Amino acid sequence: MEILVCVRRVPDTSENEIELNGAGNDIERDELVYSINEPDNYAVEEAIQIVARVGGKVTVVTVGGEDDEEILRREMAMGANHGVLLSDDAFAGSDGRGIPVILKAFVQKGNYDLILTGVQAEDGGAQVGGMLAAMLDYPFASLVNSIEVLDGRKLKISREIEGGNREISEIDLPCVLSIQTGINEPRYVGMKGIRQVASVPIPTYGASDLGADLNTVGTAAAKVKRVDYFVPVLGKGAEMLNGSREENVEKVLELVAAKGGLK
Amino acid sequence: MAQIYAYIAHKDGVPSDSAAELAAAARKIDATASPIAIVTGSGTELDAVCSTLRASYDEIWKIANEALSYPNAELIRKALVNVLPPGSIVLVAHEHFGIDLAPGLSVKLKSAFVSDVVGIDGVEGNSLKVVRQEFGGQVSAHVTCDISSGAVVTIRPGAFKPLESAALKGAVVDKSAGIGVLTAGRRYLETVVAEAGDVDITKHAVLVSVGRGIQEKDNVGIAQELADAIGAAVSCSRPVVDAKWLEKSRQVGSSGKTVKPKVYLACGISGSFQHLAGVKGNPFIIAINKNPKAPIFQVADVGIVDDILEFLPELTNKVREMHSVSAK
Repeated sequence: MEILVCVRRVPDTSENEIELNGAGNDIERDELVYSINEPDNYAVEEAIQIVARVGGKVTVVTVGGEDDEEILRREMAMGANHGVLLSDDAFAGSDGRGIPVILKAFVQKGNYDLILTGVQAEDGGAQVGGMLAAMLDYPFASLVNSIEVLDGRKLKISREIEGGNREISEIDLPCVLSIQTGINEPRYVGMKGIRQVASVPIPTYGASDLGADLNTVGTAAAKVKRVDYFVPVLGKGAEMLNGSREENVEKVLELVAAKGGLK
Repeated sequence: MAQIYAYIAHKDGVPSDSAAELAAAARKIDATASPIAIVTGSGTELDAVCSTLRASYDEIWKIANEALSYPNAELIRKALVNVLPPGSIVLVAHEHFGIDLAPGLSVKLKSAFVSDVVGIDGVEGNSLKVVRQEFGGQVSAHVTCDISSGAVVTIRPGAFKPLESAALKGAVVDKSAGIGVLTAGRRYLETVVAEAGDVDITKHAVLVSVGRGIQEKDNVGIAQELADAIGAAVSCSRPVVDAKWLEKSRQVGSSGKTVKPKVYLACGISGSFQHLAGVKGNPFIIAINKNPKAPIFQVADVGIVDDILEFLPELTNKVREMHSVSAK
């Protein structure tokens, strides 16, 4: 099975405190720790496991720039066979619609049976997979948390629905699936693994290589635009306890006793 | 102003809670809007849903077809594309079904798409101004969406307060004839209900709930020791289940359990909306997190910036001390 996994490099929210920049038009990106978008990493692991069972190849692709090569190499160190970078000045400023347009052009140059994305990026809208599928006229399923390959170019999949229940379906290949976290246990990637793929060439395709319609990508085509960022005020805010740890411990115990009762 | 439609999900003949929230969102886009509800399905369940919606919508489009008995996003998309006029603004709840339906629907309607909207500032010319959250709710963004060729907008459940019931007497319009031929590359087989698990976290008055901040499986014991000492149960947020450190039955949130404790100790939990959606009944929330920017501090009653791996053991020791004193 030929599997394409669409991945993205994002600021890692488990490693960073996200703050606004001085102008308020972006987050402060200096000194941010970036990593592969977490659900995308699960998608790559799933692709590698499927290929281990039924044969085939895994290609990881991202739309971005030179800095994004690092996540392609990381996923190749995990076991993806190929990494491809889609990069062009004309792609800059694409909205959530422009990205799947670019990916569609790349998909049509190949012969993929299965296309995976992560369910959502940290700063995204859970939309790339669903849009890409509609543009390709492929079937689609979101929030996928298990995949079984059946005979006759079909998969049996499960989706995560409310209350931890699972919706089981059959889906025809080729198709697009967006992968939910927890579907597998992504393998650890060590420095040694990354060094082994450090010199593997990563082909880069631009708009002309892909035959992408430039009227449908980039800033000019974007219908959805971010104006500015701000820090939300959701509730009245917690009363912060700023005492010593010992004082805080005592206060918490008092509160637990007062509000819910200790055993 | 283009007509606004709200796609209403339903189950067992009852419209989703989002029905009233989508109506409220529509009026944030345009205060004078008279949104049309669209419902798909079959049989008496569908009729019951349409009947209920008459109180909150002026007009309800009913699309009845056996093939739509179970909500298959691909089939419903095809039906909607055939009945919706060009330039429509379509609202869909941002939950598991909306995530399946909405992106592809916007492609096929050739309209703009903006997802998981938590606030709406209104429309200026062809520009819809909305608020979204990014990075797990740590920051919000004002976003504009060009609606000149229509838009599909997904609305975060719980973000819009339902309006006072206007007690409308909406008309049900049968649009079933216009949906065309329905076939899909994905076929529903069955629903597997979540396993009950060893501990029922929905039955406990006090929950010690752990998130990513617990860092590794071996540390879950730290939370369990505290829970044992104070007579609570251990629950968790999604990353802990993803990492297989606790069973799915311990997960609080929209894809896990809904809990109603008296006290909720959120330990190393950032406080994503999917997690908070599972915390009901207005419990007293005590949040402990290393990150002072964690969204949980905005909704908690009391917050402490500290490392749970150091704070929780001290808390446990203190409780044990108290117990041993009272036992003497």
